Amino acid sequence: RQNILSPHGCKFLEAPHNRVTNSTKQDKNGISNGTLYKKTFIEHFEQAPMYVAVLTFLGFGVGTVFGYLRDFMRAWGLEKRNVATEREQQKDFVPLYQDFENFYTRNLYMRIRDNWNRPICSVPGPQFDLMERVTDDYNWTFRFTGRTIKNVINMGSYNYLGFAETDVNALKTVTIELQKYGTGICSTRQEMGTLDKHIELEKLVANFLGVEDAMVFGMGFATNSMNIPALVGKGCLILSDELNHTSLVLGARLSGATIRIFKHNNMQSLEKLLRDAIIYGQPRSRRAWRKIIILVEGIYSMEGSIVRLPEIVSLKKKYKAYLYLDEAHSIGAVGATGRGVVEYFGMSPDDVDVLMGTFTKSFGAAGGYIAGRKDLVDFLRTHSHSAVYATSMCPPVAEQIIRAMKCLMGLDGTTQGLQRVRQLGKNTRYFRRRLHEMGFIIYGNDDSPVVPLLLYMPGKIGAFARRMLEKNIGVVVVGFPATPITESRARFCVSAAHTREMLNTVLNALDELGDFLQLKYSRYSKSSHPELYEETRLELED
Amino acid sequence: MDIKSMKNYLYWLYCQFELITCSYLMEPWEKLLFYTFNITMLVMLLYTAYIFVPVHVSMAFQFFLHLFGNQHENTVSVVK
Repeated sequence: RQNILSPHGCKFLEAPHNRVTNSTKQDKNGISNGTLYKKTFIEHFEQAPMYVAVLTFLGFGVGTVFGYLRDFMRAWGLEKRNVATEREQQKDFVPLYQDFENFYTRNLYMRIRDNWNRPICSVPGPQFDLMERVTDDYNWTFRFTGRTIKNVINMGSYNYLGFAETDVNALKTVTIELQKYGTGICSTRQEMGTLDKHIELEKLVANFLGVEDAMVFGMGFATNSMNIPALVGKGCLILSDELNHTSLVLGARLSGATIRIFKHNNMQSLEKLLRDAIIYGQPRSRRAWRKIIILVEGIYSMEGSIVRLPEIVSLKKKYKAYLYLDEAHSIGAVGATGRGVVEYFGMSPDDVDVLMGTFTKSFGAAGGYIAGRKDLVDFLRTHSHSAVYATSMCPPVAEQIIRAMKCLMGLDGTTQGLQRVRQLGKNTRYFRRRLHEMGFIIYGNDDSPVVPLLLYMPGKIGAFARRMLEKNIGVVVVGFPATPITESRARFCVSAAHTREMLNTVLNALDELGDFLQLKYSRYSKSSHPELYEETRLELED
Repeated sequence: MDIKSMKNYLYWLYCQFELITCSYLMEPWEKLLFYTFNITMLVMLLYTAYIFVPVHVSMAFQFFLHLFGNQHENTVSVVK
């Protein structure tokens, strides 16, 4: 029988320097245990004023009414049908295209579709070139004019450390390997697809992360979805965060284990689920669960929030569960030397059972890795679907990762890697601080390079993206279904390759556009000279 | 230049209306339909207000006068 109140759990005192600067943070993510953190952990999830929610619903209401009108016109032949419809012979069958997502796609997404899938024709560095495309029939078809829009500032690519570059000196080793090995592997890892490059890369990854062994895969999404089924099966319990990525959800569902969801980054919710799992066991037989595994991500890319790793590790140790940490966006991007959230919180990599990450974001390549203890990785080498059936990573890509990682670790003799990590940190903090001062609502942790800026109203999504492109800045806007329907946002990804001038250009454009489109909803905008006034302190202990 | 800044301000207000009600996303004929509907409702509302509000206000005024003790003219003339 476990104690109801553990010494850890009843400590709600926060150290004075760990001030909560935003009162709504506690409502969304529960109360955090400030004594486990070595540095301040400030996250913002401000709620917009009520009138914004009302107007958002009004906008969606009008859109829905017109959606029904257009559907009616299409059904009765008053308008040309551009969408998928059922065949004449199948009119009496169960309808295929009536659910809400298809309705939404036809009637709302189509109207602003020109802001997505924009083809680019250069390397996605800090600036890139776009192919110009126009539409004659309101986004149903596009045609290319043949011109390119040059030097658009790139605020959408996951190029956190700036390794997506075409500098000949930087890519020297990659070209040598390309000429030596070619591009295709034509085999899986278990057959004939393991090259010496893969062995070298795996040793390097294990060294970088400070673990015993690692295994690399050709595709980041497939790393999650193909390896989780190898680690858990029926009779196991998966506790997954509310806002986990689709690859984690797919892997969890494919495994056949029972999945329970806890509220985003909320440790009280997770602890309750863990306690219920241990007390009640499996649903019908009441036996103990074979394994309890907690699936979390390092940085959540839609919210910009960082996982509360110290608390999760202490919970996992107390309740004897396993931890699977997906560092897709955080490897290379946070931490003093770019080694991810484990280093960011000053913890040891032995605390996390399965460290997973991708090379797509910070390393400018493709693929993923799973790292941890040697017996875990040896098990995955034989039992993972990806190892048995998927082609392995191609050699030039592996060489790109090797050179990027060596640069980060300083093994190439320069301090360029460390400079990039520091530059990213500086850029992130500058960008977020300026956006907060201007009065926008920004979600997420102050140290995360993913910056979601809330737009809320559906009409503003299209207007924002188009106007930013007119000012030569490329942004990614996100709406339903990737986000909740009323919280559409623009997501900026800060890069180490952005110079201060580029960030200032973007910030000035955002300032102007924020005034024009009325996007500055924040009620807590800080002044740019905080030392001139005293902030109120929340002292919980006398 | 007051007229110019006034015109800019009105244009900006019109843009806000367009963004909030999603008419920014509509095709021209849908916009026509939407604005016709809106303007018709607005005109009907104003006309109804023009007809009914003075009558209701004067009735309310008389009610409050009666409540505070003032005799009505008609009752005085009947007594006489």
